Amino acid sequence: MTWKLVGENVTRVEDDRLLRGLGRYTDDLCPEALHVAMVRSPHAHARIVDIDIERVLDVDGVLAVYTYEDLPGPLAEPLPLLIPHPALTHGRTQYALAKDEVNYVGEAVAMVVAIDRYIAEDAAFRISVSYDPLPPVVGIDHARKAEHLVHDDVPGNVAARMEQSTGDAESAIAGAPHKLTLDLEIERSAATPLEGRATLAEWDTGSGRMRVWTSTQTSTGVRAAIAAKLQLDLANVDVITPDVGGGFGVKIMHPWPEDLLVPFVARALGKPVKFIEDRREHFISSAHERGQVQHVEVGFDDDGRILGLSVRFWHDNGAYTPYGIIVPIITSTQLLGPYKPGAYSVVFESLYTNTVVVTPYRGAGRPQGVYAMERTMDAIASYLGRDRTEVRAVNFIQPDELPYDHGLLFQDGRPLIYDSGDYPACLQKLKKLVGWDEFETFREQARSQGRRVGIGLACYVEGTGVGPYEGGHVQVETSGKVKVATGLTSQGQGHQTVFAQIVADELGVRFEDVEVTTGDTRRFPYAVGTFASRAAVMSGSAIAFAARAVRTKALRIAADALEASSDDLEIVDGIVRVKGTPDATIALGTVAVLSNPLRYAFDKASESATQFVVGDPDKPPVAEGDEPGLEGKGYYSPVRSTFASGMHAVIVETDPDTAEIKILRYCVVHDCGHVVNPLIVEGQIHGGVAQGVAGALYERMSYDEHGQLLNASFMDFLMPYVTEVPSKIEIDHLQTPSPLNPLGIKGAGEAGVIPSTAVFAAAIEDAEGIGITSMPISPSELFELRRRNTEASSPGRRAT
Amino acid sequence: MKPAPFAYLRPECLQDALEAYADHADDAKILAGGQSLIPLLSMRLAAPTMLIDINRLTELSYVHTDASGVRFGALTRHAQIEHDKRANRAQPLLRKALRSVAHPTIRNRGTTVGSIVHADAAAEMPAVLRLLEGSVTLRSHEGSREVGAEDLFVGPLETSLAAGEIATEIFMPALPAGAGVAFEEISRRRGDYALCGAAAIVQTDPGGAVTSVKTGYLSVSETPLVLDLSDAFDDGELSQTNLTGAGELASAAVQPETDIHATADYRRQLAGVLTKQVIEQAHNHASARTIGGSQ
Ligand SMILES: Cc1cc2nc3c(=O)[nH]c(=O)nc-3n(C[C@H](O)[C@H](O)[C@H](O)COP(=O)(O)OP(=O)(O)OC[C@H]3O[C@@H](n4cnc5c(N)ncnc54)[C@H](O)[C@@H]3O)c2cc1C
Repeated sequence: MTWKLVGENVTRVEDDRLLRGLGRYTDDLCPEALHVAMVRSPHAHARIVDIDIERVLDVDGVLAVYTYEDLPGPLAEPLPLLIPHPALTHGRTQYALAKDEVNYVGEAVAMVVAIDRYIAEDAAFRISVSYDPLPPVVGIDHARKAEHLVHDDVPGNVAARMEQSTGDAESAIAGAPHKLTLDLEIERSAATPLEGRATLAEWDTGSGRMRVWTSTQTSTGVRAAIAAKLQLDLANVDVITPDVGGGFGVKIMHPWPEDLLVPFVARALGKPVKFIEDRREHFISSAHERGQVQHVEVGFDDDGRILGLSVRFWHDNGAYTPYGIIVPIITSTQLLGPYKPGAYSVVFESLYTNTVVVTPYRGAGRPQGVYAMERTMDAIASYLGRDRTEVRAVNFIQPDELPYDHGLLFQDGRPLIYDSGDYPACLQKLKKLVGWDEFETFREQARSQGRRVGIGLACYVEGTGVGPYEGGHVQVETSGKVKVATGLTSQGQGHQTVFAQIVADELGVRFEDVEVTTGDTRRFPYAVGTFASRAAVMSGSAIAFAARAVRTKALRIAADALEASSDDLEIVDGIVRVKGTPDATIALGTVAVLSNPLRYAFDKASESATQFVVGDPDKPPVAEGDEPGLEGKGYYSPVRSTFASGMHAVIVETDPDTAEIKILRYCVVHDCGHVVNPLIVEGQIHGGVAQGVAGALYERMSYDEHGQLLNASFMDFLMPYVTEVPSKIEIDHLQTPSPLNPLGIKGAGEAGVIPSTAVFAAAIEDAEGIGITSMPISPSELFELRRRNTEASSPGRRAT
Repeated sequence: MKPAPFAYLRPECLQDALEAYADHADDAKILAGGQSLIPLLSMRLAAPTMLIDINRLTELSYVHTDASGVRFGALTRHAQIEHDKRANRAQPLLRKALRSVAHPTIRNRGTTVGSIVHADAAAEMPAVLRLLEGSVTLRSHEGSREVGAEDLFVGPLETSLAAGEIATEIFMPALPAGAGVAFEEISRRRGDYALCGAAAIVQTDPGGAVTSVKTGYLSVSETPLVLDLSDAFDDGELSQTNLTGAGELASAAVQPETDIHATADYRRQLAGVLTKQVIEQAHNHASARTIGGSQ
């Protein structure tokens, strides 16, 4: 088969519609729906004494008010703990509406339903809740000290403690020629998609069907949750994902309280109802990520080869653990990157604090792991006075060692085995791209002009395409148009384009004739969701299998019709033809007609499939084991994840007076196996790097000691503008195909963000000559750091 | 993030606006470009029971420039002044500062008068008004009065406007011959309110000697701050020593506070750095104007 579209810069079919404002997001649907507004806790930690709704009941336009007391059956139980784990000994989840106690500012306490959001908010302000404040636990230090507990029955605020190791790291370190320890910190950030959470539900009383449109990364997950919590048959619940304005992980968390409450109210009131989250709510009630404190001990030889690595870290999981301990598990395993320490041990504690929950945000624990490892590599290089790339190179897993088994368990419960990659080649490409060996010349030039510049690099390996499975359905209509469906959802990635490229190539049809639907449980009810850079790997592969099944069937039917052997046939631009015989052709649409024996003709084309025209009168019209229609299904379920990799380098300039940090160059070498669409992959890298710059230099969650989030708006939460992101991101690709899937591809969705925090810390440290151990870093913090550093090193003064 | 209920009036002439405001002085707010007020309403940080929308008062949308300076009305958008050539020939500091006010879309809507009477000490134009010693015309249904910049700003987000008074016009004096101006600020993201900003006006005599140096600051005090740093240049020279001295004076004089974006000391440092920059630039500007004969 010739590859025609896969690998090409096909422009996105999504964009024309979206750029013209023709996208349809959840809030665009059903303008007549009722709106809900939530009453949210103003306290980080308090007991609810009383909820007085009296002043609301006579507000014009208010239809109902709900508190915990009004929730029936399973809806009154705690929300699901989605991913249980044996180490998560003290998992806790919140109630859809708080019961007795609130554990973060923003936790939903009551819900108002009104004819519009204005009135719903007016009413919400009139509900008075009296609280008995409890001491809040904010930040990892406080959580560890455990002077106060977030949950009375969780000693030490420890939700989970997990330990993994290969070899005996402690003795390896003890016996190593050189040892270092590092204490590192990384702050919280959040996904903050432009569209917040949104759910619309419509209950059809007559048929007993629930239909829900929601801005989610998993329509099948939300569907199962609604069916379970509202005690509906799964078959009577449809969940549809319309256009989604970004997810970045926060929408893989589900069910949010509103995902269940909105359908519940729609059924109770018999009217369509929607919840459209606003920005402030998003900051204080949707998930955050990243916050960790890390302690690294490392032993190494004269070349910088790591003999033993022991990492302890403390992970702030917020007030509850609905998504289990996936984030710290990923940190603890992906920390290893492209390296093979002689021995490795890792222990983490996942801690409760009275803050918003922490669930995966693009990168999902990897930025923290890469930060720990790459800071360690830089520390070793600095200690030995060696080039930072050399120290990394001696620690690389070599190409001939792949597949490489780390002897640990990954986030999917499967062994951490890298399938393919070529880290030395990747490093060579990066050094060339950024001009690593010429940098000292540039530094000297800059210095002579009174400028300070620095360079950093960071490497990562990313497990992508985690299971369990995805499926795809491909159907050829009698018009020759091809309809494709897969269950996972899209949030702007370009799935419609990429999946259509795959189908066009596999089936031999025109790209324009392929239409892809994602995230609609009516079209494909079996799916997991869009996260962990898995859509292209999982659904791409499943759809390829489905297209292959359709192709086989089409060739069989066409062979009959053309009286040829199917081996002699090919499909080009939707026409099946006998190779070398230009006149012997049949359109795929006609094959679709023939595939479905008819009693009734409805047009000229379908006449050819009616009962007096085709078929052997001595055989059943649909042969045993066959099915009518030209369609096929495929599932892809890999034994384990496939591991993409890459390396970033950045050159920064720091202002000696104002401590401003300017990005001079940003370079990326990226390996995601076969690239289906370079344009889209580069777009993913650009977006990822933008979020990486954000996390390294701009964004943080500024909680005060009372657990109030001080920057719950885009005015003070500094998501960078386009003016803060480098206008040019230089990219080079390496392609080591994955042996695990039919297309040889690996995930690319998260890569851009993963090494950014590490790479900026390295470059700023290089420019300043001051150790950087806490990220993100602002100009003000750099200024204060410089000051502490000169005070500490100036004679006659001592560091405190 | 939806405002609490409010009544809405959109008068067709200033007289009607003044009368309506007089009737509801305690609980009404003027709505100009809405770029500060609407976010406050949406976050329910303000909940006036009535908005008096002045956007139909097109007679208040103008930029008038003469030899004495620039006058603009309550409905004149930031962008109008920014792009007005005559106004910026008369007082080049206007454009230099306006370019740092938010983003183009916000400058298309927000009014400069609105920004000044909103009196945010982190905003550019209140500081410019103070530095240039401009004035504001206030009208109520009882009459009209003129308030100098010095008497306008009384506290954070607080002015000397009386209940029922609408600011109808602002006057910014022209730049005298032999003088130059400059504006610089440092913000976390382009277009954000600054961590610290500074403007300078430097006067030189016909021989080129520096005769007066004044600077204005944003984000480092409760109300826009102006410093007279002429003493640092008493030898008339724009030397590095004098600049350093001026920077130190400025760092000592500002009263910044620590917040989540920057420490007070960092802002102090920025005030010093920016002071040197703007004085030097303003001096260059003065020299260029003298040589070029205008601008
Ligand atoms: C994202 C964003 C970024 C911004 N960044 C900056 C920035 O960097 N620097 C900056 O200076 N500003 C910034 N602004 C604010 C912007 O400049 C506003 O336009 C300006 O502060 C207020 O002008 P307005 O016409 O929009 O006033 P409005 O919002 O309509 O009113 C503001 C206040 O002034 C009162 N008021 C308005 N006009 C009059 C009048 N004629 N008489 C009496 N009272 C009146 C109103 O009642 C209200 O209290 C930003 C705004 C946004 C949304």
